[in-house]
Amino acid sequence: MRRRTFLLTGLGATGALILGWSLTPPRQRLRAGALPSLEPGHVVLNGWLAIAPDDTVSIITPKSEMGQGIHTALAMIVAEELDCDWARVRTVPAPIDRVYNNVAAIVDGLPLHPDDMEAAPARALRWLAAKAAREVGMMMTSASSSVRDVWDVARDAGATARAQLLAAAALRWNLPVSDLRTERGLVIAGDRRLRYGELLGEAAAQRPAQVSRKDPSRFTLIGHDQRRLDARDAATGQLRFGMDELPDGTRYAAVAMPPVLGGRPRVYDGAAARARPGVRAVVALTGSEYGDTPGVAVIADSWWQAEQALSALNVQWTDSPHVALSSDGIRSTLRSVARSDAGLPHRFRGDANAALQAAHAVHEASYEVPYLAHATMEPPNATVLVTDAQVSVWTGTQLPDVARRAVAQVLQRAEREVVLHQRRLGGGFGRRLEADIVAQAARVAAALPGTPVCTIWSRRDDLQHDIYRPACAAVLRAGLDASGRPTAITAQTASQSPFKAFSRRIGFSWTAGTPDRTAAEGLWDQPYEWPALRVGHRELDFAVPVGLWRSVGHSHHAFFLESFIDELAERAGSDPLQYRLDLLRAHPRATRVLTTAAREAGWSDAPMRAPDGRPAAMGLALHQAFDTVVAQVATVSLSAERRVRVHRVVMAVDCGLAVHPDGVRQQMEGAVIFGLSAALHGEVRIVQGRVMTGNFHEYPLLSMRDTPSIDVHILPSAEPPAGVGEPGLPPVAPAVANAIARLTGERLRSLPLRPTRASRFVAEGTDSTERAERVEQQTP
Amino acid sequence: MTAPVAITLRVNATSHTVTVAPDMPLLWVLREVLQLPGTRFGCGAALCGSCTVLLNGMATRSCVLPVSQVNEQDIITIEGVLASPAASVARAVQQAWSEGNVAQCGYCQSGQVLTAVALLRGTSVPNDNDIDRAFDGMLCRCGTAPRVRAAVHRAARLLSERVPGTDTAIPSANPSTSPPTTP
Repeated sequence: MRRRTFLLTGLGATGALILGWSLTPPRQRLRAGALPSLEPGHVVLNGWLAIAPDDTVSIITPKSEMGQGIHTALAMIVAEELDCDWARVRTVPAPIDRVYNNVAAIVDGLPLHPDDMEAAPARALRWLAAKAAREVGMMMTSASSSVRDVWDVARDAGATARAQLLAAAALRWNLPVSDLRTERGLVIAGDRRLRYGELLGEAAAQRPAQVSRKDPSRFTLIGHDQRRLDARDAATGQLRFGMDELPDGTRYAAVAMPPVLGGRPRVYDGAAARARPGVRAVVALTGSEYGDTPGVAVIADSWWQAEQALSALNVQWTDSPHVALSSDGIRSTLRSVARSDAGLPHRFRGDANAALQAAHAVHEASYEVPYLAHATMEPPNATVLVTDAQVSVWTGTQLPDVARRAVAQVLQRAEREVVLHQRRLGGGFGRRLEADIVAQAARVAAALPGTPVCTIWSRRDDLQHDIYRPACAAVLRAGLDASGRPTAITAQTASQSPFKAFSRRIGFSWTAGTPDRTAAEGLWDQPYEWPALRVGHRELDFAVPVGLWRSVGHSHHAFFLESFIDELAERAGSDPLQYRLDLLRAHPRATRVLTTAAREAGWSDAPMRAPDGRPAAMGLALHQAFDTVVAQVATVSLSAERRVRVHRVVMAVDCGLAVHPDGVRQQMEGAVIFGLSAALHGEVRIVQGRVMTGNFHEYPLLSMRDTPSIDVHILPSAEPPAGVGEPGLPPVAPAVANAIARLTGERLRSLPLRPTRASRFVAEGTDSTERAERVEQQTP
Repeated sequence: MTAPVAITLRVNATSHTVTVAPDMPLLWVLREVLQLPGTRFGCGAALCGSCTVLLNGMATRSCVLPVSQVNEQDIITIEGVLASPAASVARAVQQAWSEGNVAQCGYCQSGQVLTAVALLRGTSVPNDNDIDRAFDGMLCRCGTAPRVRAAVHRAARLLSERVPGTDTAIPSANPSTSPPTTP
């Protein structure tokens, strides 16, 4: 590492002045790597920013932008401390370098309960994990970790560069630094001024002894809404994704992949496909451990020609061992295992089993959720150019290290010969953590050395060869005393293990029997203060590929737990808000979030009216994930055909300090809509080993017409920023299910939500005795 | 498989003669032959709207539209909309889009913006039902629909506030410096 650092010191390949940096631990993440994307003249002050003589500030962004707004948020943090002119800020992608390893995702992924985080053993473990992540971790955009990960280092990067500029101006003017101040890209002393761009050479030589961060009360960017740096380019179509703007002479590939999971091509007519217009090559694919399947690719001048030529291949597939596999069968297995098997324990408190046996009554409920697909709007694609000297890859990935390694491995090349050009991602949601597409595209392109080949999956390929959110079944039991108050709760779930499956594909092995926190997250780390608790998970293996899907285990465990709590409240005859608050007496954050959402929504468990006059009800849910607490209140009615209509979602969020409040609101809105698509429509079915979902008509997303109004209330906080991309998703399904239960009397314990009963309350304009009196005041 | 033929396309006010199979969808001609990548491939079946272009002013899905059917017709893509007869509407839409921080990943947004342009050219003050209808089957996986709706309303206001005879909006609630509006 040291050697590599010193090699980077001095003039870089672009002629930009690149500084080596102190390697002592607090500063080691500031070190600059090789930055090929900068024009000459830029002076790199550290690994996070460079300044040009015209005062343009380039913020170096190691995180993948996939819509979550991280480039804007990261730039805001650096620019805040640098005190530069926000109008001169732009972002450039970082190279793959250890200095950008994601520390937060590793540290916050440790199996530590949020309540125990301040205890000495937890702190020691976190310190060790942080050290390990810096040394052997990866650049990674996942787990709602990006702002958490860069918060300290990006502030230090901006503050250190500002101190260097101040020191340089102090030398130039022969004044003490204490007489100087900065403002919008200027160093100022009395009526003297120097632009940052005029101080670069001298600033780069400074080693300020003392660097201090801004007091948060002086923030002018952080905590204030900004226009996203990419907003204009998105509106004018100028963003460039993986398959846009490729090298001259790029050819395109389409791929025939097995219709039955586990199939392989047995015979195909390559000559017939080669005879089709524009076809350049036909390539047999064997698949790799990164998750890409065996198949046959056709390379042509146009992707459409390649795709049309697939039918000429007339591929005959081998009999698959999974031809009897069905999602119905899997779910029935999951149900019976969840019922009978307490699973691998993830958390104990007290003796929950004894408490259940001694209870006045036991409430038990079984829940389940289906497989889900990511369905990013940009289908999987990657472009690869194989030459003797080097392999170039153009793609958008959440995990550039692994994408590069996958290409090197399948082509049997050294990793240093592979150059990855990171592109913007047309949606990620966990799908682009996988290296299946780059591994496959590398094999395809190897058939035409010297020609860039862009492999694009059709939407059918994407939906039928996704790496799915696992199906899961759960049994929850609560012991109740004579007044209906809980004495204990147990939760046992059964599913494939998403994180284990993912980490095996990228080359980590797991010892059998070790718990995977994602397999029970949201249950074992929940904040509720049950007198006794046991959470267990039984891992099962099926041939369906599973992986990480926005909010991972939380995505369904919140549905189980928050539905169950409503059942308990109903059984006790309690208001579900108060019932929850009684279980959160030692959790002021969760209490504040829940009461804020309830207040802002005008929470009521009484029936009400939707704007269209139909009977409606509210449902609420709370969930804590990625160190963020979210509560949501959904207002729901049913159409005459029992279609679920969600009119409004009011939510409160405590995500620590909101670096970019409007970015937080965007993520919360997006997560609610993503969660509603799953709660109301999402299901990937498998019949006789075939994924039956072929395009958006079979995997519907929430339409504009069905999208509720969403009010996001961000609680003020001085705590460090917490996760934002995912935590808005988990509570929405149970909030809607709880509203439906109130409205119809029918408790739906399976997603997607398909009510079989109509509202218990009568629509306006009929003459029956009305229980619904409150007319909802809202504008849609 | 049909043999390639010469087809003349009028794209963004420029005529191009391309020699392609007549059944090749317009989308791929735009992206691969004419090098206009702002029109996106999302589903290939007219189910998502990412590939929307303006065909004779109408929002049209280019992924299932055989190129031979648009011979000599007027096609506007996101790259050309600011130099088209729809420019003033497009300017208002794009202003509302950026000020409202509408986009997340941005992949579907070319299609969303052109759909808004087509709607506002036909209906100067659309109500929520008009917007629901115009954006039926426009999919966004990031969940920007509430902001798309708000931005369409905002663009309609910007257009109604324009000084007649000029193409400039009267600055109302200091649009350039105010924080983005949330729906």
